[in-house]
Amino acid sequence: MVRLTRAIEFSTSLRCVHPDLSEAENEALYGPATRQHGHNYRLEVTLRGEPDPATGMVVDLKDVKEVLEREIMRRFDHRDLNRDTPFFEKQAPTHENLARVIERLLLAALPAGSLDRIRLQPESDTWVEIAVPLAGARA
Amino acid sequence: MIEVTRCYRFPAAHVLAVPTASAAWNERTYGKCANPAGHGHDYGVEVTVAGPVDARSGRVVDPVRLDALFEAHVGSRLAHRLLNEVPLFAERGLVPTAENIARVVFDALAAPLAAAGAARLRRVRIVETRKNSFAYGETE
Repeated sequence: MVRLTRAIEFSTSLRCVHPDLSEAENEALYGPATRQHGHNYRLEVTLRGEPDPATGMVVDLKDVKEVLEREIMRRFDHRDLNRDTPFFEKQAPTHENLARVIERLLLAALPAGSLDRIRLQPESDTWVEIAVPLAGARA
Repeated sequence: MIEVTRCYRFPAAHVLAVPTASAAWNERTYGKCANPAGHGHDYGVEVTVAGPVDARSGRVVDPVRLDALFEAHVGSRLAHRLLNEVPLFAERGLVPTAENIARVVFDALAAPLAAAGAARLRRVRIVETRKNSFAYGETE
């Protein structure tokens, strides 16, 4: 098994508000992050597999770049997560929830079984990770 | 004379658009940064002061004091804000480009720092992304 990681960066704005909560409840939960602010997210996408004997590649990096451009950069870069995307109508765009949205988008777009983990880093000293279980393994 | 640089961060949103200009002009001028819904960054701020080394303390500036000044005059005003709505930009009619953020932060810090002691503000650098940074003030 070989793992290959590709990193991209995108700049977004967001407000951490849960639509079902009152303004006071959101404020108590998320504090100043309820106001519109922004992050330079670094996203590391790790793919796994056995290198193809003929090409020596786990995946064609050109295809990975194309998927990341289409699924992530066009949706999120220089966008507002609450206003420009449909993913946060029922949940707040916390780092954790954004990572799960990205996981879903990439699982659907990448070759089956190839996504190993994602690491989403909004700030130099904070990041979240999601490890994708091997097929057949328990989540 | 010694230069001392201290680094800060604040997350903020902005829209690069001149309010009186047409959407087409803003789009042509600022590209994707003109998105009216906004976008944002984790801004890095490098504050550089210079002054003589105090004979007794051996320091140019008290970092705790500098931190408090930064929080009072910059951090509390810009962190977790849409910069276009912040009075430091709105009242001066400034589009919150990183160039203007550097000037606004410099102007907000220079006087309080001068009033607080001997160290003089030399330069403010705004690190907008890993690719872009903008310095205002004296360089070498």
